[in-house]
Amino acid sequence: MKRFDAIRKIVDSLKDEIIVCNIGAPSRELFNIKDRDDNFYMLGSMGLASSIAFGIAISKPSRKVWCIDGDGSLLMNLGSLSTIANNQPNNLTLIVIDNCSYGSTGNQKTYTSKKTRLETIAKGAGFDSITVIKKEDNIISTLKALGRGCHFVKIKVLPGNAQVENIPLNPVDLKHRFMNSISK
Amino acid sequence: MSVDLKLYNAIKNSGIDLILTLPCAMLKNLLELIEEKNEIQHIAITREEEGVGIAAGVYLSGKIPALLIQNSGIGNSINAIKSLLQLFKIPVIFIMSHRGAEGEKILAQIPMGRLTPKLLDLLGIEKFEIDSVEKINHIKTAVKLSVSAEKSTCILLQKALWGSQ
Repeated sequence: MKRFDAIRKIVDSLKDEIIVCNIGAPSRELFNIKDRDDNFYMLGSMGLASSIAFGIAISKPSRKVWCIDGDGSLLMNLGSLSTIANNQPNNLTLIVIDNCSYGSTGNQKTYTSKKTRLETIAKGAGFDSITVIKKEDNIISTLKALGRGCHFVKIKVLPGNAQVENIPLNPVDLKHRFMNSISK
Repeated sequence: MSVDLKLYNAIKNSGIDLILTLPCAMLKNLLELIEEKNEIQHIAITREEEGVGIAAGVYLSGKIPALLIQNSGIGNSINAIKSLLQLFKIPVIFIMSHRGAEGEKILAQIPMGRLTPKLLDLLGIEKFEIDSVEKINHIKTAVKLSVSAEKSTCILLQKALWGSQ
């Protein structure tokens, strides 16, 4: 399973969740699999996907928020795990697709390829539940079974990006589209 | 009424919906007021750049976010200010204590303290300096400007403010 396969299964698990997606290849892949008005594609600011998702989760308690993050990105912003877990939004799932590499820049290895285990760090930060998925077939059942809470889900994948188009949306248009959609 | 209470009231009545905080010795009393009164939604953050991300999410949800931080933290946030806030036109109000300005005794604060006003200019963030109680109403002006122009603004709280009454 590669990231593209994992995102396809995440999309197949969706009901009406808001998605915040990590910069680079993950956002491009999500855009090409299923573009939705309720998707926020992070185009810069690497590391901040989980923070943006948390900001939305606390401000929109009636909606469920899924964040699609990566190992390299989360390693840049580990403090976010503590902030999220201690404030306990009951509508946020942080889905980390761990390919042990900086996929968008040429698959240079991250430290999750060696000793670091992000699920252990998330557990120490205080998340309500921690799940590690290694088989593609388990993604839909796991995500659909999550109730309210502050959940951490790691999906282990192989490195590699799908050959997909860039996102053609202008950032300000994308913002307005997203804000209008989630304000309904 | 103490300077800190006046600052607190100004923030409470400014239109800011949620404030993200990191401590600074200059902000000690203000932070205590925010915590004790519990009238303004507030969340402690671990690093300023993280706060910029959270603030962006809050704004995308239709609310007005602010960061209450020390000026050193603007240095930790530059990329997020440019490639998140300004790229998407997301306004955030930065309320910052200004360490390292005139009269600073801690040497390590001085380089960033001297750079801060120029850095804000370079970043294209309009700044409102508050060095006296009369200028506390700048907070409301900054919030209005931020929201109407979809631009971040910065309130710089000077040490002189606390000696001004």
